[in-house]
Amino acid sequence: MANPTGWKPSMEKGAEGGEAQEVGAMGATRGLAMEEALVFEQGSPGRVGVSLPPVPAGTNPAAEIPAAMLRPEIPGMPEMAELEVVRHFTRLSQWNWGIDTGFYPLGSCTMKYNPKSSEALARLPGFAGAHPLLPSSMSQGALELIWKLERALSEIAGFPATVMSPAAGAQGELAGLMMIRAYHVARGAPRRKVLIPDTAHGTNPASAALNGYSTVQLESGPDGRLHPETVAKAMDEDVAAIMITNPNTLGIFETHIAEIAAIVHARGGLVYGDGANFNAVLGVARPGDMGFDVMQYNLHKTFATPHGGGGPGSGPVGVAAALVPFMPLPVVVKDGESFRLVTDPRERPSTIGKLREFWGNMGMFVRAWALIRELGPDGLRRVAELAVLNANYVRARLKGHFNLPYATDTLHEVVFDDQLQKDDGVTTMDVAKRLIDHGTHPPTVYFPLVVHGAIMIEPTETESKETLDQFVGAMLAIAEQAKANPEALKSAPRKPIRARLDETRAARKPVLRWTPGMKVE
Amino acid sequence: MTFPEDLQYTPDHEWTRVQGNRVTVGITDFAQDQLGDVVYVELPDVGDVVKKGEAFGVVESTKAVSDLFAPVSGKVVEVNSPLADAPETVNEDPYEEGWMIVVEATAPKELAELMDAATYRKFVEEEQE
Amino acid sequence: MRYHPHTPGDVRQMLDVCGVKSIDELFRSIPEKLRLARPLDVPQATDEISLLSEFQRLAARNQTEHPPFVGAGAYAHHVPPAVDQLLLRGEFFTAYTPYQPEIAQGTLQALFEWQTFVTLLTGLEISNASMYDGATATAEAVLLATRATSRGKVVVSAALHPEYRKVLATYLASTGDEIVTVPYGPDGRTDLAALEAAVDDRTAAVVIGYPNFFGVVDALPEAAAIAHRAGALAISSTSEAVALGLLKAPGDLGVDVAVGTMQSFGNGVNFGGPAPGFLAIREGLVRQMPGRVAGATVDRTGRRGFVLTLSTREQHIRRDKATSNICTNAGLAALAATIHLSLLGKNGLAHLARLNFARGKQLRDAMKRAGFGLRFTGPTFNEAAFEVGDAEAVVERLASRGIAAGVPLSRWYPGDPRMKGALLSVATEVHTPELIELFAQTVKG
Repeated sequence: MANPTGWKPSMEKGAEGGEAQEVGAMGATRGLAMEEALVFEQGSPGRVGVSLPPVPAGTNPAAEIPAAMLRPEIPGMPEMAELEVVRHFTRLSQWNWGIDTGFYPLGSCTMKYNPKSSEALARLPGFAGAHPLLPSSMSQGALELIWKLERALSEIAGFPATVMSPAAGAQGELAGLMMIRAYHVARGAPRRKVLIPDTAHGTNPASAALNGYSTVQLESGPDGRLHPETVAKAMDEDVAAIMITNPNTLGIFETHIAEIAAIVHARGGLVYGDGANFNAVLGVARPGDMGFDVMQYNLHKTFATPHGGGGPGSGPVGVAAALVPFMPLPVVVKDGESFRLVTDPRERPSTIGKLREFWGNMGMFVRAWALIRELGPDGLRRVAELAVLNANYVRARLKGHFNLPYATDTLHEVVFDDQLQKDDGVTTMDVAKRLIDHGTHPPTVYFPLVVHGAIMIEPTETESKETLDQFVGAMLAIAEQAKANPEALKSAPRKPIRARLDETRAARKPVLRWTPGMKVE
Repeated sequence: MTFPEDLQYTPDHEWTRVQGNRVTVGITDFAQDQLGDVVYVELPDVGDVVKKGEAFGVVESTKAVSDLFAPVSGKVVEVNSPLADAPETVNEDPYEEGWMIVVEATAPKELAELMDAATYRKFVEEEQE
Repeated sequence: MRYHPHTPGDVRQMLDVCGVKSIDELFRSIPEKLRLARPLDVPQATDEISLLSEFQRLAARNQTEHPPFVGAGAYAHHVPPAVDQLLLRGEFFTAYTPYQPEIAQGTLQALFEWQTFVTLLTGLEISNASMYDGATATAEAVLLATRATSRGKVVVSAALHPEYRKVLATYLASTGDEIVTVPYGPDGRTDLAALEAAVDDRTAAVVIGYPNFFGVVDALPEAAAIAHRAGALAISSTSEAVALGLLKAPGDLGVDVAVGTMQSFGNGVNFGGPAPGFLAIREGLVRQMPGRVAGATVDRTGRRGFVLTLSTREQHIRRDKATSNICTNAGLAALAATIHLSLLGKNGLAHLARLNFARGKQLRDAMKRAGFGLRFTGPTFNEAAFEVGDAEAVVERLASRGIAAGVPLSRWYPGDPRMKGALLSVATEVHTPELIELFAQTVKG
């Protein structure tokens, strides 16, 4: 009997021997990842990857536009067929870690699951294809959604109204400080200082400075909390506001918040809240009830809109009654049974103006509203409960193996440091890189600045106990290896396609775009 | 970690080399070690006036930024401009080629307030604890 | 609840390990008086099937069957399905800011490609990793110019997008910087004599739309020359990025900072957001540049890779001395544009740009045949202002037929009586010649 193919069963066996590959604590093994050049280094002249109708015969831009203002095709643009482009981005995606891949415990980033149904809803042509300048009679669906979301967010955060337009948390912060500034200017006493605790995100002092304020840093106590005495000492009639994250970046609830707010309010100042950690208190407590006058939070954190490799975000800002007149435009209002955008400053004469084009990141509004609709009041509260349970579980299991700089209760995130690994010469950076080999994204490292070598872990509520156990297993394995074989630890990561990229070189000799013949050595 | 005997030091980890009323300024070996790989140095222009204790420039690594504080008051008469293209010099040779500015001191008594090498070494050791 | 995996057994075990009896105990650090004593007053939870029909009903209340003839800063273009299908890969979609470069090379290389596309389209050397939108990119460019020149005045054209000018005014409200607006002429371009008169040695920058708000190809090289003679920076702002496939690159016309939005590539109109703003600069301005930027480097084995770099300009390090407070960029929206631009490539982009010019011409011809002339005489790309008599009435009448006709310019230029009858409309590759003809005839009534 002849076998024309030439194949034999023995060919399937392969050679004996070879190293047993180590599988990381979270199951990280290895696979086939392809080296992939830039699009500008691929393709061939004449190729194209799109299908378009023909340009009508006789089309002659030079007949109307001066020749000096026209360009031919752009040299350097790639010429690739569709399959080449599809393979390119497919391969690039395979080098990335996402929430869909595995655990992603970045502190204060709230890397929770991005629901697939939210995606489908955001892409409904009625939303995705709605032009922002449609007459309001043609866009009632969009306007109604924005209005409903604004009402829900206001209720959830405990404020009478919410600014919807900011493109991101940092822009929401900017809006908040602009409103604070306008408030004081309207009172005739502009004030020049803003108080910011040492645990604050970098955006806080940056936003304050952009509004012409000088920042006064306040020391947190040994318990990781801001104390009323500290605030009282710094508070005077030249302080426009205090900026507080609650819970703070140590995951610790600022229990003195009501007293602190009273101290600031008594001298005419306002209390700004950075709501990056809103996930910890959803349905359990409301910032508006704590004394905050204005707070920005993030739909791309708390309300699960996708992180997308760094954006886009959406940063709604809850405002207390005193700041409502200063809200940036537009706002969506309900007139009888229909909805409209208020864009005319004559309707809101004290508005600080407009912070970005059009009305806000509608794509994110649809997704956030879908999540709120699916969770309902009990589900929203459950978010905070499970987020806090998960973080405390991780804390309890890692305690003793990694140093906990603060004994204070923590909510949805916890900060460890590398003090217990110091004597073995192992740093937080080494721990982070080795975690990659175990199959997880590292937590946030070296932030907040008040903790040297900080490891900031926020599991979020969408992670199962098994995932947490695997993560703890990886951390414990690393703690062991730090004692037994620190050199091996320091050579991590070994599994990803690139390891220990030279950031110094990137900063000293910046190469920020492709150029023909580009060589990076 | 080196602490050259012929230099004076500030609590902000700058060193000074005094020649008459000309004061050369840089950052110490300890400072460059703490900072990591220096990627950029922002220095004042020749002719700028500096005041003791105030920032006269910035030194950057990939992940940190540090202000440079003037150890004495005076006028900047020389600037080490090659540092713009070779910031790594600060790491490789902080006390010689890595010098940053030369100040013509206008208040010489300020020089007496600087630390000598032994005092600075002790200061660094205490900070480390 | 499908997103919350915890079973009662899980919860019990975890509470044990935490050493508490109930989840409520874990919230003991929140004072009682601050706790919410009632459930949140939001609608009760719904299941996915009901959710879908609820949202479909809402979406159906937006009339989107016909492609809109309105542009004015957001442009309906064809986004190939390949873009979304690649974008939706979870590794791209659900990744975060690439702070751990080893496991974010996909995001980082794609950002490097975005940056390169932006430099190719704008003709400038450096681009960042994207901005929130065109309006904020324009405001940030002006702030960059004030830092770079140490001057406090900016001169903007009245033909620059009114939304962008409002945003600029809001951003500059607390800096004390002065905004001077110069008028446009009957050709729809910036009045160069007025510009010359307004620009002086206190001017940090001149800002011109390219194309401008009226769809007109503005006098960019002349404006740039005026700016440079006074030692100011020239800034161009582009809302319809497809135009950069036909028009000369701003960097080749003397522009120092080119900003705008790349919404036209890979991103739908999305009721105004999100979309990727862009910012490109001449080399010498890099230390003043806001926002993230990706750079090429090597790893420890010498292989090329990418990282976020020049981070010391940014808020998380510089804090109150940062170039801006920006944290997030427009990652996914920029990726969508990058994928689309890769599919288009050199040939596709040139084709698309010429096609848009052709559709713009077809619109102008059809409107002319229907009896409607142009408001401005200057050359246009795919958008133009037409004299239609009562523009508000036209918009309302066509809205009742489910057609978004354009924007009455009098809404944004109430002080200019010549704008009373002007309707700003656009035609792109999604408008067939037949549809354009039908539109013009419908406007005629």
